Order: sequence, then structure tokens, then C-alpha cells
Amino acid sequence: MKQLSQRLLGPVTLVLLGLTFWLGLWLTPPDKTQGNLARLVYVHPAVAWVALYVSFGTATIASALYLWKRTRSLVMDRVAHCAMEVSVVFILLTLITGSIWGRPTWGVWWAWDARLTSTAILGVFALAYLALRRANDDADLRARRGAVFALLAAINVPIIHFSVQWWRTLHQGATVFTADRTLLIHGLMAWTLLISFVAFTLLFFWLLRARYRLEVLRGARYQVALDEALVQRRREGVR
Amino acid sequence: MIRIALLVAAKDLRIERRSRVLLWQVLPFGVMGLVLSGLALGPTHAGHSSAGPGLFYLVMLLVTLLMINRSQAIEGSRGTRASVATLGLDPAGVFLGKALALAVELWITGAVLLAGAVLVLHTALVGTLQALPSVVVILAALAAAGTLYGALSGGGQGPATLLPVLSLPGFAPLLIAGERSFSASLHGGAFWQWWVISLVALVAYLAMGILLYGVLEDS
Repeated sequence: MKQLSQRLLGPVTLVLLGLTFWLGLWLTPPDKTQGNLARLVYVHPAVAWVALYVSFGTATIASALYLWKRTRSLVMDRVAHCAMEVSVVFILLTLITGSIWGRPTWGVWWAWDARLTSTAILGVFALAYLALRRANDDADLRARRGAVFALLAAINVPIIHFSVQWWRTLHQGATVFTADRTLLIHGLMAWTLLISFVAFTLLFFWLLRARYRLEVLRGARYQVALDEALVQRRREGVR
Repeated sequence: MIRIALLVAAKDLRIERRSRVLLWQVLPFGVMGLVLSGLALGPTHAGHSSAGPGLFYLVMLLVTLLMINRSQAIEGSRGTRASVATLGLDPAGVFLGKALALAVELWITGAVLLAGAVLVLHTALVGTLQALPSVVVILAALAAAGTLYGALSGGGQGPATLLPVLSLPGFAPLLIAGERSFSASLHGGAFWQWWVISLVALVAYLAMGILLYGVLEDS
């Protein structure tokens, strides 16, 4: 069952992504005020959702579980690392799609807006996390420092989330629900938006799984190379 | 924990007093940074005073990076870290002590640079004095965060380029809060909101340091 769901993850993701683009580009109507530009709503919010909450959240939870002695394991460290790498991709996509939306609506590709700036800072945090991991050769040291840094970086996520409420920003507020949980998008547009969220979330887990498998293979290869080097040194000692 | 914190802080400050690094290296660097900022803006009087808060905090961030490296390098010599570890000191106390020592050094530098901002960047004296509570809290938060990032970057033994990459994104919200509160106190805005935000950041960094510094020290 587990293997079947893992095998189905990729095809289901691709089908849902295709469905999102088909519905978003052809079947849904253009917006009354923003016209066809509003079709970015089927990409940008879903990508941002994955970047800020799903991938960064996964990295943070895995890091916290690594730091907790009862759940400390190599698996948690690898999940945190892989999720952070995928997070970088999604944060970059969030900023790019946001810029594409911002240029016609605000007149500029980039604005010193609270949400944009805090998202960019999160991106730098994610890159710094990867730099930190590369700077440490010792596996335990790397994992501990990475986990602590991921927790420190996670402070930025609530700042990004509430930035549109705390500051007067160019970025719009809640898109799907109002503060009193009233739905702002209806009909086919709402369904397309929902499918896009599911599709991009599944895309994250698909990429995470692929990256995790790669990390496991790399670890195994490193171990084999280490064993071979040890055997060679022993042979040299015998001679 | 408090006793250990005071011991560690006194030790770090004593080393600083004897070596005079703060006096002869860090303070001149900060003053030069402030003067160069003024030069970069050109001779416009109005531009200087409006950019003053931002430039002050930007220079303070650069000074903080220097001081963190210095604070971590104290234990950087061979065997020092291991011998300190054998003392069995409470890591939370060590963190608080190092953060306190760094905060004291930052407060001294901040006082000099605030005077420099009044003289060189023409920030209003009354507004600058009103900004003092927020400056004290922001610099304390920078010290707490900096101590954590310093330990993360390898405690004086890691690559020197790693510290800015790790710490500057974390310092950015403090820079924003500091600049906003300083500007508000200069131009008559509500600076207490930013002061409260800075205080929350200080408490958050202290709490995280107390909880997590031990993990970094163990490693």
C-alpha cells in the first residue's frame, strides 16, 4: 500500500498540475478588474503556501524533532535538509511569480513592501542554512547547528504571515477568506484554487521524496568510499 | 545560572579591558563607518538627518559582527574551549554571560555612535535622547542574537565569512524596528510600539539562547 501510494505520488501530482493549468488558463473566467492577470492566483498563492508553511514548516518540525533527544535520528536531519533545499526553490518561485504580478499592478518589479521583504529575508535564511551545512564536515555538528538555525529562521514565518496586518503594505491582505472566514472566491475559480493548492503541496512532497532518496544514496556512497579508503590504509600498513 | 552569567560576563569584559580591542579597533571602525556614511550621502543637511537612524543601525550591525567574532575568538585558542567545557558550567549561564558582555560593549559603542550621529548626521538631540530606551533594548537583542549566531558559525573556529551570512537575515527585523523607533522619536511618531516589538524580540532571543546554547556547546 505504501509503495503504491509512493508510486502514484508523481503521476497524481502531474495530473493535478495539468488540471490546474487547464482550468486556470482556459476554463475559468478572467477577473472583473484585473482581467487575465488574475490567473496568477492559481499559481502564486499555492507556491507561497508551500514555500512558507509546508516546506519551511516541514524543515522546522524535523529540526525540532532532531534536537529532541527521544526523536533524534539521521532521518530527521535529512528530512530537514531536503525540505529546506526544496523550500529555496519555492521561495524563489514565490518571489518571481509575485514580481510578475507586481509589475502590471504596482508598476514595479520590486517594492519595499513588508511581505516581499520578509519573504526575501526568509529566502536568505534558507540559503544561509545550506551554507551552514556545507561549512561543517562533521555530521553531528552539521545536524545540530542546522537544526538550531532552522528554528531561529522559523521566527520569520509568523512575521511574514501577519505582515499585511501589522504594516500598511502594497501587498493585498487575505485572498481566499476574509477575517470573519467568509469565502471571497466562488464557483470554478474556488475549485481551481483548491486544486492548485493540493497540486503544489503534492509537488513538494514528490520533490522532497526524490531529494531524500538522493541524500540516502549519497550517504551510502560516502560510507562505501570511506570503507574502501580504510581497507586501503590497512593494506598499506601490512606492507 | 545568574552567578555563572555574571562570572562569564566579568571574564569577557576583563579580557576586553586589558586588550583594549574595543577602544582601539572597534570604536574607530564604527566612527569611520558613520563618517563614510555621511560622505556617501553627500553634503545635504536634510538627507543626513532623515537617514541618520538607518545609518546608525547599519553601522551598529557591522560593529556587532566585529564584536561577535571577537567575543567568540576569546575561546578560540587551542584547548580553551575544551578546558571551559570540563568546568561543567551551565550553558544557559554561559550564553547569558557572553550576551551580557557583548551587550555592554555594544551599549558603549552605541553611546559613542549616537553622539556621532548628532554631530555628523545632524539628528536632533532631544529626539536622539528619546530614542535611548529603544536603542538599549535593540542593542541587547542584537547581543543575544549575535551570541547565538556566533556559536552557530563555529565559535571563532569556523570560516569567518559564515557569520554575516547567518546573522544578517536574523538582524534585519531588529534593524527595521530600531530604525522605525529612532525615526519616530525624531519626528514625533509612536515609538513605543517599536520599543515593545524590540522587547519581544529580546525576550525571544534570550529564551532561544537559554534553551539552545547547550546544544551548540555540546557539539
